[in-house]
Amino acid sequence: MNKEEYKKLVKQMSPKEPKLRNAIVAFLAGGSVGFIGEVIVRILMESFSLAKVDAYAWLAFIIILFATFMTAIGKFDNIVEKAKCGLIIPTTGFAHSVQSAAIDYKKDGLVTGIGANVFKLAGSVIIYGIISAFFLVLLKVVLYG
Amino acid sequence: MYLKAFIFSGIVCLICQIVLDNTKLTPGHITSAVTVIGAILSFLGIYDKLISWAGAGATVLIANFGHMLYSAGVEGYADSGFLGIFSNLLCKSGIAIVSVIVFSFVFTLLFKAKD
Repeated sequence: MNKEEYKKLVKQMSPKEPKLRNAIVAFLAGGSVGFIGEVIVRILMESFSLAKVDAYAWLAFIIILFATFMTAIGKFDNIVEKAKCGLIIPTTGFAHSVQSAAIDYKKDGLVTGIGANVFKLAGSVIIYGIISAFFLVLLKVVLYG
Repeated sequence: MYLKAFIFSGIVCLICQIVLDNTKLTPGHITSAVTVIGAILSFLGIYDKLISWAGAGATVLIANFGHMLYSAGVEGYADSGFLGIFSNLLCKSGIAIVSVIVFSFVFTLLFKAKD
């Protein structure tokens, strides 16, 4: 059996991802994050009389606190595994990737473990976010002054 | 508004899930792409409209990270010119970066890995 045949066989044998179910779960989970976020923003605006911009900033803070804590106590991995993009695309995914990398590499020490590895996954979000934002700002300056 | 938030963030996650399942891209590729798309939508002036339509449904997404970077960069240029882009770019999204570093560091010291 050559490599190509082997690959074909593996593809046939490996279980098919239930795409429709994944999509529905991602929709419901992602929607719930947005819904809960909206509830938190309303509570912050009405109970603490925050401006809308500040309420959104607090919301980002609360989401990250929640996601890092749940990941640290080991409750979040299973949920992300099930909800997939429903929790990866919201800010929860960003916080989850940093926290899980930190806790996985803790055994390698403070500098070579945690320090070197926390942004292994979230680093690309920061890098490409900054690169794209920077050049778009330049483009805007060149086009519109 | 609650329903709009649910529908908007749900649909974005749904699209990303379909892309994830039908291509060879990893979740890392998709989150990076969504961040860049957020910056582009912000550049086109669409993201502000999305936030006023869907509220938190748009701000909970990682695309909002790109939007905050871009809008902070534009404000920095307006305030203090070219160097202002550099000094200001992270000032809004700094909340996300700093809080994720602080929390993950503290929690990592407090909790053990579960295997």
